[in-house]
Amino acid sequence: MSRIRGGHNFYQIRFSDQKISASREMVDILLALGLNTIEIHRKSVNEGGFILYDSEIAKKKFEEPEFIDIPFRKIALDVGKNSVMANTVATGAALGLLDLGLEALKEILRETFSRKGEEVVQNNIACAEAGYKYALKNCPKCKAFGIREPEGKRLMIITGLQAIAMGAIMSGCKFYSAYPMSPSTGIMEYLASRAEEYHLVVEQAEDEIAAINMAIGASFAGVRAMTGTSGGGFALMVEGLSLIGMTETPLVIAEMQRPGPATGFPTRTEQGDLLFVLHAGHGEFPRVIFEPGTPKQAFYLTNRAFELAEKYQIPVFILSDQYLAESEWTFENLGSEKLIYNDYRLREEDLKGVEGYKRYKFSSTGISLLAVPGEAGKHLVVADSDEHDEEGHIVEDSETRIKMVQKRLLKKLPLIKKEIEAPFLYGDPSPKIVFVGHGSTYGVIKEVVDTIPKDKKAAMLHFSQIYPLSERDRFDYIGLLENADLTICIENNATGQFAKLIRAETGFEFSRQISKYDGRPFTIENLKEELHAYI
Amino acid sequence: MPTSEDYNGQVPAWCPGCGNFQILSAIKQALVELGIEPWEVLVVSGIGQSGKLPHYIKCHTFNGLHGRTLPVATAAKLANHSLHIIAVAGDGDCYGEGGNHFLHAIRRNPNISLFVHNNQIYGLTKGQASPTTAEGTFTTIQPYGVLQESMNPLAMAISQNCSFVARGFAGDQEHLKDLMKGAIKHRGFALLDILQPCVTFNKINTFKWYRDRVYRLGDDYNPSDRMKAFEKSLEWGDKIPNGIFYKCERKIFEERVPAIREKPLARQKFSLEEVKHEIEKFY
Repeated sequence: MSRIRGGHNFYQIRFSDQKISASREMVDILLALGLNTIEIHRKSVNEGGFILYDSEIAKKKFEEPEFIDIPFRKIALDVGKNSVMANTVATGAALGLLDLGLEALKEILRETFSRKGEEVVQNNIACAEAGYKYALKNCPKCKAFGIREPEGKRLMIITGLQAIAMGAIMSGCKFYSAYPMSPSTGIMEYLASRAEEYHLVVEQAEDEIAAINMAIGASFAGVRAMTGTSGGGFALMVEGLSLIGMTETPLVIAEMQRPGPATGFPTRTEQGDLLFVLHAGHGEFPRVIFEPGTPKQAFYLTNRAFELAEKYQIPVFILSDQYLAESEWTFENLGSEKLIYNDYRLREEDLKGVEGYKRYKFSSTGISLLAVPGEAGKHLVVADSDEHDEEGHIVEDSETRIKMVQKRLLKKLPLIKKEIEAPFLYGDPSPKIVFVGHGSTYGVIKEVVDTIPKDKKAAMLHFSQIYPLSERDRFDYIGLLENADLTICIENNATGQFAKLIRAETGFEFSRQISKYDGRPFTIENLKEELHAYI
Repeated sequence: MPTSEDYNGQVPAWCPGCGNFQILSAIKQALVELGIEPWEVLVVSGIGQSGKLPHYIKCHTFNGLHGRTLPVATAAKLANHSLHIIAVAGDGDCYGEGGNHFLHAIRRNPNISLFVHNNQIYGLTKGQASPTTAEGTFTTIQPYGVLQESMNPLAMAISQNCSFVARGFAGDQEHLKDLMKGAIKHRGFALLDILQPCVTFNKINTFKWYRDRVYRLGDDYNPSDRMKAFEKSLEWGDKIPNGIFYKCERKIFEERVPAIREKPLARQKFSLEEVKHEIEKFY
């Protein structure tokens, strides 16, 4: 929640020595730093779980067996000489409850507080240790959780936003312009923090209209560029999107959804902009929309977005939502080996032998040579938002118009479609029950499929490359759906936008739809509950 | 050295007698006299009669959206600061639709020139009031006359410490050309507002109307005095001054961006090898 100071705020951490991929409704340990937290979240504590709290801070004593009263504040005052470190004591206590060791926390405290001086670091570490010992000593029964850190495995921890931003850097993105808007701002923050190291230009624009036009200007002038925003900001960018369509300027756009309409829930999640992003922009032009299901997919799809944007000179979207964008996930590997980088921009040496360069020269693929103005010798690069001729100059005649529509739209479309990968099938290879999801519901649907008995023949069909839909010759996913007894489209929006897209593109209608539009992500429990009626 | 012929583009589709013709000639002349080759200059324009201008000269061109010239021009400069960049806009384009960008371009101070064809009317949409149309002017959709005070772009620019603020008149092409050269040579964001008669839709601010009023700022005028410049920018009526109103030295935007201190962004080759260690930071 966008609570800068004060008010109720919470963070859920789920960890396991098995692979996990979704959030749960219920928790085993509730670490409550105030009475409010206890009142709101008490109902979410599992049987056999614990509530760690400080009866002095809560100003209330709880006698039920799940409550463990730890004097966070008193320990902080005694050990750290400052009550503000109560949260460090509490964190130490939670680790003590699990007996997971303190080394990692100490390192984080050093990193976090080193700017404030050694004394603050040492006091925090002492507080963490005191909390840890207190929990170890006073609640030995808690070892029952029995979680151990997996040995020898180095895990990375990354958010969806970081994965997108890192994917951009590693795809040669050099220019990012945006206007701050939750939950997309993290991309700009990350890139700004790396601007000096990797020679990036990151510009905070005066509004989203400027943001997209700047990115277009930079791309036109010869560098890989990107912009990012959320739904409301994207609404302002829509005219610029159409400009990309007409000028055939490559651009990657990140749209991190939050619940609308209007200001909506600024810090909550929804998949409500899918059809908006699909249809945004006046006129007809090609586009690609990716909606990653994990930070790993976000990383590789961002790379793919830059490749396709430049290869076909089109806008490519990374559509995601607050849930995936801001949640932190661990991964074992995110390698750079599979990344692609092809520079489609042409400079003087690449244009040797080209007589009378024309920016929009007709070709069998619809793709024209993309020269860099000022770096292409004496060749001139002319781009126009008006309908134009091959050189880029304004025209009015219908003959050129028809040829240009064919060039930038109709000829490119089938080629772009071939680039799109098939949806991911998980579970039974010839399923009778298929749960269909797109984007950030990947993890939760996957885990729920794992809980369904094999004889039910259930599977997940997950789309992360959602537009255009992939061709069916390699994997006939519509045939698969048609052969199933029950197909359920699961979406984090009210109207089943992806189901509409599938019906519009293929004619297939799902037998059931599950919609969640309370601004919260699906959890394993609530998705199972929703599915209970059908299985 | 380039010649005027090198800059000959498409045949203009402006009304005969339009003030835009003199602006077009002045730009070509200014570029030729400065020895700038067509492939060294990028003209970014918006939409309006002014937006068509780059099609009528031969150079790199980005004819974008109405009002959005400055974000495109600023970013193009950041991407390749070896290009000479001229943003061409109209009064509706720059002071209306793109007003916000105008303010922020002044703040950023990129080394680009902005030429505003200010004909005090909307030409492309056939005669509606623009932000600079005189109060009380009757148009087809302002039947009671324009109810707002007209905008004073020069005063606004000076108030925001725009590093070069000038005004020229399409009917004084020689002077206009010199002002254009001054703007292009100036290091920083240069606003050149150009009084441009619209012979079709503006029956008030005609060539004659301007000729009776305009005068050039004299040699005794000191453009470095901001307060005097502001005062001068308010002069409008029987006498209309033209020339460089205000000039100051400010750091230019491109020089303040660390990534492009060594060379233009567009010339920096990407190598995955040089960035792939970024992944390690997340372990």
